[in-house]
Amino acid sequence: MSLLSVQDLTIRFRTEEGLITAVEKVSFDIAEGEILGLVGESGSGKSVTAKSLMRLMGDNAVFDPASRITLHRQGGDLDVLGLRRERDMRPVRGGEISMVFQEPMASFAPAITVGAQMVEQLLIHTDLSRKAARTLSIDMLARVGISDPARRFDQYVFEFSGGMRQRAMIAMALSTKPRLLIADEPTTALDVTIQAQVLELMKELVAEFRMGILFITHDLGVIAQTADRVAVMYLGNLVETGTVRDVIRRPAHPYTKGLLQALPRIDDLDAPLMPVPGDIPGPLDRPGGCVFHTRCGVAISGLCNTQIPQEVTLAPGHAARCHALTKDAP
Amino acid sequence: MTTPLIRIKGLETHYPLGQRLFGPAPVLRALAGIDLDIPAGSFFGLVGESGSGKTTLGRAILKAAPITSGSVAYDDGQSAFDIGTMDARQERTYRSRAQLIFQDPYAALSPRMTVRDIIAEPLEVMGLTSSRAETDDRVREIAKKCRLNLEHLRRFPHAFSGGQRQRISIARALVSGPKFVVADESVAALDVSIQADILNLLKALQNDLSLTLLFISHDLSVVAHSCDTVAVMYLGRLVEVAPSRTLFARPRHPYTRALLSAIPTLDPDAPPRMQRLTGEIPSPADPPPGCRFHTRCPFAQARCRQEVPQLAPTQDGGQVACHFWKDLPDA
Repeated sequence: MSLLSVQDLTIRFRTEEGLITAVEKVSFDIAEGEILGLVGESGSGKSVTAKSLMRLMGDNAVFDPASRITLHRQGGDLDVLGLRRERDMRPVRGGEISMVFQEPMASFAPAITVGAQMVEQLLIHTDLSRKAARTLSIDMLARVGISDPARRFDQYVFEFSGGMRQRAMIAMALSTKPRLLIADEPTTALDVTIQAQVLELMKELVAEFRMGILFITHDLGVIAQTADRVAVMYLGNLVETGTVRDVIRRPAHPYTKGLLQALPRIDDLDAPLMPVPGDIPGPLDRPGGCVFHTRCGVAISGLCNTQIPQEVTLAPGHAARCHALTKDAP
Repeated sequence: MTTPLIRIKGLETHYPLGQRLFGPAPVLRALAGIDLDIPAGSFFGLVGESGSGKTTLGRAILKAAPITSGSVAYDDGQSAFDIGTMDARQERTYRSRAQLIFQDPYAALSPRMTVRDIIAEPLEVMGLTSSRAETDDRVREIAKKCRLNLEHLRRFPHAFSGGQRQRISIARALVSGPKFVVADESVAALDVSIQADILNLLKALQNDLSLTLLFISHDLSVVAHSCDTVAVMYLGRLVEVAPSRTLFARPRHPYTRALLSAIPTLDPDAPPRMQRLTGEIPSPADPPPGCRFHTRCPFAQARCRQEVPQLAPTQDGGQVACHFWKDLPDA
């Protein structure tokens, strides 16, 4: 069953230099118990997309009127973009949707104990008593593999190591039993050995709580090991979506192919590293037509630089937006 | 085997940790007895988790971190330096021979200087050129080598993307004509599509300018692809040094094995690997006795808790510091 639907999400930011398009006509669904990987480079709009699900946008963000974000609930669907008052946004801010940020040091308040922060959000989102909230928090810390949780509960975040902070962040995000967890580069700041532990933990927790996860990362290897489906973003557009196997084994969009070829592979040391040529265009000179045409090796002049490509379905659930896919393949 | 450009013997770097009224002040042994030769002309990789001391080692070679005891020697055939004991004048010459490329191309470049001035600054500070025209020539030459557009020299860094900025900071490091360059996490802040481009550039420059590179990184797949020899560090000690291919095909040290098995592979159907490390890297201020890895090592025995293992040669050209590497099951 679909948990969350995003349809034609377009987000622009008002800046001194003009209106900047960060996300353009993005649509996707997340089902219960599913991990959707959102991959893209810096500036691709992946974090902006994630934050919009919780309405964590600055005042200068403008949603296109056609944009829809719907949270499907038993008691009736919730139109996330239609929420006007701060207190109405509670269900999507820690209640039914929780978020794990990239930098756990910056996400905990430094002068309040970790335990107090965990209890505070439980008191807001649930009707637990303070004592029950404490018990649950300590229990959650133990569940994510923090040893001596009762002592850790009363410590401050600077007393935690990097991996432990990220675990505590996950424990906190999960303690309200959200139905959707947004993980924004949760392992990027961690060492590989700790990253492996955190990824394992997240997979276990999905299996147990049946929640959906939107997993944002720039690392295709991490996606391959954790996600069920993947959506590839470039300059605010979804260029390819599909199951992890389809996208990694049979990438269709030139950008996805380029990303895979640029990745150093440990199992083939002789493969040359093929960079995607050129640089990501600045937000103010967004290319017309297909946004990728300025760096694309197979761009067709007169077509790719003028017309926006339509989505082409390649297999059930596997789709890409590229003009070359509708032409006869060379 | 070519002659070593850098020869490190028993290198120790200690940082003081506060003061005590009685007895010696506690110290943090960031580097604990490092012996390492970096061959001339190599692309030498240095890997380890955060807190392993890899950055400190790179800086100690450049005399940017204290050398508490032991020695670091540089010899490129034309000039030789003993880094620990050299005087201020030698140090100035050494700076033109050994350079550093920083991690973050956004923080490393002054926003108030044009690209030309940023690249020219080392030449002016070191007094390597006698006229502005000569400086301009050198700047243009190195900019071309780093595949920078010469038109861009008049612009300010804010106009550039991460990849272009990293090319500027490489040009700045190379303009004085160094023989030895430390690249500390130089591609870590870049996107994958750009990272490959910078790695290829470094490789090309190394051949072109006959550089020796010490490439410090936490990303093993990047190191596997670029470096010819790799040294693995853990808590201030070297645990394994080997040619890249040997290291990635037959890792000897249990820590190296665990590191390799923690890299997420691109194959969604790859079986989960068994060699998960439990726990985290202990604090370098209070390292475990004996082998520093024994607290996380699945093969640790009583001897590992008492006796420090020394680097010993293996039969395939590498060195490993483990008491029991011969007895370990195949990885």
